[in-house]
Amino acid sequence: MTAKAMTGGYGAADILHDCTITAAQGEISVIVGPNGAGKSTAMKAVFGMLKLRAGAVRLDGEDITSLSPQDRVARGMALVPQTSNIFPSMSVEENLEMGAFLRRDNIRGTMKQVYDLFPTLREKCHQNAGELSGGQRQQVAVGRALMTQPRLLMLDEPTAGISPIVMDELFDRIIEVARTGISILMVEQNARQALNIADKGYVLVQGRNRYTDTGHALLNNPEVRKSFLGG
Amino acid sequence: MDILNAFILLLNFVLIPAIAYGSQLALGALGVTIIYGILRFSNFAHGDTMAFGAMATILITWWFQSMGLSLSPLPTALLALPFGSAVCALFVLGTDRIVYKFYRDQKAKPVIFLIVSMGVMFIMNGIVRLIIGPGDQNFNDGARFIIRARDFRNATGFDEGLSLKVSQGITVATTVTVVIALFWFLHHTRTGKSMRAYSDNEDLALLSGINPDRVVMVAWLIAAALATIAGTLYGLDKSFKPFTYFQLLLPIFASAMVGGLGSPHGAIAGAFLIAFSEIMVTYAYKKVVTYLMPEAWAPDTLVQLLSTDYKFAVSFMILLLVLLFRPTGIFAGKAV
Repeated sequence: MTAKAMTGGYGAADILHDCTITAAQGEISVIVGPNGAGKSTAMKAVFGMLKLRAGAVRLDGEDITSLSPQDRVARGMALVPQTSNIFPSMSVEENLEMGAFLRRDNIRGTMKQVYDLFPTLREKCHQNAGELSGGQRQQVAVGRALMTQPRLLMLDEPTAGISPIVMDELFDRIIEVARTGISILMVEQNARQALNIADKGYVLVQGRNRYTDTGHALLNNPEVRKSFLGG
Repeated sequence: MDILNAFILLLNFVLIPAIAYGSQLALGALGVTIIYGILRFSNFAHGDTMAFGAMATILITWWFQSMGLSLSPLPTALLALPFGSAVCALFVLGTDRIVYKFYRDQKAKPVIFLIVSMGVMFIMNGIVRLIIGPGDQNFNDGARFIIRARDFRNATGFDEGLSLKVSQGITVATTVTVVIALFWFLHHTRTGKSMRAYSDNEDLALLSGINPDRVVMVAWLIAAALATIAGTLYGLDKSFKPFTYFQLLLPIFASAMVGGLGSPHGAIAGAFLIAFSEIMVTYAYKKVVTYLMPEAWAPDTLVQLLSTDYKFAVSFMILLLVLLFRPTGIFAGKAV
């Protein structure tokens, strides 16, 4: 996936300026940056929830800039929103089924993969998703998105509001997902940990690309450390 | 013996009527709660949708009767019910296309939808009166009673009679069937689950590729069918008069809100709570007390908490109390 030179915003003023983000197959791309840098906005733009004045989004070479978010789901994009990303009054299993709503083939195999990835969910498959802990809900949310068999999985601050141990666990799972050949694009507040697992990192400031490099290069870049990682 | 007589008295005048009335309210409240869950507004036109559906069923019943079709000993109206539901569904889908869709496209606030639905209510109100007239209509053929009071007395030797009307039996049987079918649909079919998902989290449902137009259409179809069934059953049990359906709006909304708007379980629980309260508070217990107490203590008054004229005040009071102390309802639906 390549999102090139995206410029646009919600109203008259632009939030993104010439912002470029890519995610290669099987790799993890992470967007970090200070509050209000347009991280989530950049992800929304990639997903088609924001009107772009300039720039283009391509998925596997195909221009999808004019497609609606729903159409992008059908083309192989999946988004895990930051908040309200589950169906709380439905069971875990039903949440996964709803993720696969557009699919007409047998979804049992994918469901097994999700349960293998998150064994806790298999135990709680008949429990309402709204009754689970924060970390487990996040697993349901990621599982739901995986049910569409996406080529690109987008995660908007997946570790917001969950404890550090659960966060490490979730990052491990995300690495596993990437190893199966799915591209991952992630917005993260916990910049240091996120860059640690990132193949590619994007530091955004005021809607512009400030630094773009591999995750480790960014972590070792003294300027990035000083300005964005707290030394 | 006296205790049993008192029990039969309560069964005859409180329990059976309350179960039948509660069933009718439950079907009405389910329609309200489904529209609230999917379209996110309180549909004030639901009472008049019931009147419209019942009217369509009555007209078809008369037509069937004129052709000599009958389900005897069951009322012919049962045969006409599917057709009445279809007519009502067409009308409701037309209303959605002409009226509600315009406001949906504008992303109007729920309160605007609510007021729009009041407009629809008045229009439907007028249409029903224009077509069938404002008066009472009789369309109940078939047998009247499953158990007659006199037969019961002769057979058992009790002083008190127990009667069970065919319409009450049909009401309860139909409600049980419809509720089971509805819950099965919502929990075991792809479309039903997509409706629950849409009601739960609209944005995520869209992200999952659920088609909102289809969900809205199915919601209206279900609401129309429920309204027609509820309206016809009420008409069979009591009588059909357009104005009574407008009055039913209050207990129906009270039921849906007491149970928690958007929660189908809540709508059913709320309906029986309202029905039992209305009937128990307005029943005159004089005879029951007379059976249970020594003769010297027999009360002079009717031992009635409120006159039956106040039965709507009961639902109103319950509604007020719930809104004050538990605004999301017993089953914690969506906040009003």
